[in-house]
Amino acid sequence: MLQDKDRIFTNLYGLHDWGLAGARARGAWDGTKAILEKGRDGIINEVKASGLRGRGGAGFPTGLKWSFMPKQSDGRPHYLVVNADESEPGTCKDREIMRHDPHLLVEGCLIAGFAMGAHTCFIYIRGEFVRERERLQAAVDQAYEANLIGKNNVHGFPFDIIVHHGAGAYICGEETALLESLEGKKGQPRLKPPFPANVGLYGSPTTVNNVESIAVVPDIMRRGAHWFAGIGRPNNTGTKLFCISGHVERPCTVEDAMGVPLHELLDTHCGGVRGGWSNLLAVIPGGSSMPLIPAHQCEHLLMDFDGCREFKSALGTAAVIVMDKSTDIVRAMARISYFYKHESCGQCTPCREGMGWMWRVLTRMAEGRAHKREIDMLMEVTTQIEGHTICAFGDGAAWPVQGLLRHFRGEIERRIDEYSANPHPEPVQVAAE
Amino acid sequence: MAVRRLADPAVQPKSFTFTVENLDWAKGEIAKYPDGRQSSAIIALLWRAQEQAGGWLPQKAIEHAADLLGMPKIRALEVATFYTMFNLAPVGRAHVQLCGTTPCVLRGADKLIKLCHDRIGEPLEVTSDGKLSWIEVECLGACVNAPVAQINYDYYEDLTPETFSKILDDLAAGKPVKPGPQVARQLSAPSGGPTTLTDPALYSRGNGGKPQGSALHDAEAKKPGEPANVRDAATPNLPPMMHRRKGGHDAPG
Repeated sequence: MLQDKDRIFTNLYGLHDWGLAGARARGAWDGTKAILEKGRDGIINEVKASGLRGRGGAGFPTGLKWSFMPKQSDGRPHYLVVNADESEPGTCKDREIMRHDPHLLVEGCLIAGFAMGAHTCFIYIRGEFVRERERLQAAVDQAYEANLIGKNNVHGFPFDIIVHHGAGAYICGEETALLESLEGKKGQPRLKPPFPANVGLYGSPTTVNNVESIAVVPDIMRRGAHWFAGIGRPNNTGTKLFCISGHVERPCTVEDAMGVPLHELLDTHCGGVRGGWSNLLAVIPGGSSMPLIPAHQCEHLLMDFDGCREFKSALGTAAVIVMDKSTDIVRAMARISYFYKHESCGQCTPCREGMGWMWRVLTRMAEGRAHKREIDMLMEVTTQIEGHTICAFGDGAAWPVQGLLRHFRGEIERRIDEYSANPHPEPVQVAAE
Repeated sequence: MAVRRLADPAVQPKSFTFTVENLDWAKGEIAKYPDGRQSSAIIALLWRAQEQAGGWLPQKAIEHAADLLGMPKIRALEVATFYTMFNLAPVGRAHVQLCGTTPCVLRGADKLIKLCHDRIGEPLEVTSDGKLSWIEVECLGACVNAPVAQINYDYYEDLTPETFSKILDDLAAGKPVKPGPQVARQLSAPSGGPTTLTDPALYSRGNGGKPQGSALHDAEAKKPGEPANVRDAATPNLPPMMHRRKGGHDAPG
């Protein structure tokens, strides 16, 4: 298990002062000027060397992403945008950072902004997080007051942070939809290319990073890339906030090392699966967009990018949703499909129409009111959605259904058999093809 | 996608303008964004308009915000109907947004949904005394504290039908209610106490992270490339009223 001295978020549970004084006592804003003196390339190389991969779901190397920003401004300003639109079902880690360790984020914004030549940073926080936004704004105000950020700050790099909020749209967590929303439009993703690093917010070079990716940067710079890279496995380095929800004895958010075995994670921090490990049915390892992993594979599951990929899933946001044997798995996944139906932005036909279609078929399957040939039809429809939409929302909605069909086909067939074995007054519906 | 339409003309007010205070505030919001990009403030303005109108967005309020930002009305209407936190029809004084997504369902949100049906009525229907209304929403992002409901601006977490019912009763009766976890638990820590961050050495600098004076000045910055305890200034200046370990604030680890 990770030792306390290697944890970054030392006020994760809000037991200490979130304000500037408390944050400084815990190490924040320590020698920030010296970090900036390493220069843009120095910082980017250090982040690259740390092996930090984006914490928002896709796991793209953060240092590499930063290096895509133009080295010289062509007259357009550069922008840093922090994605705090945390809405992936199961995920609640950024909330803890923003309400309890906001200064790590503010300091990270300054360092990241400096590394990319961005003098302005927008933090886009989801509308529901009203209290978290107030806290974050207070921390930003403290930083302005202490002249740590601002036009003539002590670091000699003019830097402004603007806290911007949404109003309840999951899709705004997609980076280009977030930029559209930030510009005052509907949050509908843009076609890529051009990528945000060339044409982003207000048509200017922009980098969008997750809250956690930014908030760990000051500690990486202070303690050194080798420290961060020494935790976890190669290609899967560092510490990570895990959110464990669902059927465990004590759900919680906790910071642990990347690559921690799932079994150990649940037993150490959550008191284990409700009813014991043998009562486990399946877990979703990385938020609702990722395929589920059935119990017999969970024994050897290591919680990092490569560990999850070994079982045809992904780490995503490291939001572990645990389901024990009392779970109606088909209904649970049908509810996830409903989530995607509700949150589709409506721009691409496969997604807009497909989400409702999948939800309706899955709802019937949960009751057994379906035909077995529809299982293959559903699988085919998921592959027609996946990869055929502007953004990754379509993929994220198709994967959980594919995971269900891959591992629990027998359960769906059993329900269909059970339903058809009993007399019913109405004929069984068939999905329109 | 959900179809969202404006409220019936019968309930729409004839006009809407920001109060002087809100107008001042709105100007401050607009000034945050670069010149010519003032439409970025549309969500913030609609949000404030919703507050002023008593929890929902009348058509005139949307148009007023569009006028203030100099954007076409249809663009503001698009935004108001796209984002689900804008209520397009009147809601109760306490508007309950109950999470019904899978992580909450696994922890018993179904029972809370039924309770809302029984106690309040159909979704978005306001009780006859105007105090309560509810809607099932998608993930609120507090899944380790499931099941969760957001009532106005606060989260109520770790709900059971009993505690939730009591909260609704108290709200209807105008009694104060306590947001956050409704069981003995420190926010998102495991119930029974944290399993991590128990090493007192983490908090030995200063007085355990409790509010205090400035712990560090950037004049005392580390030398580039050196370990944290090697500094430009030989002896860091102790800020007044500080009880710091000798040679303190070296990086942990």
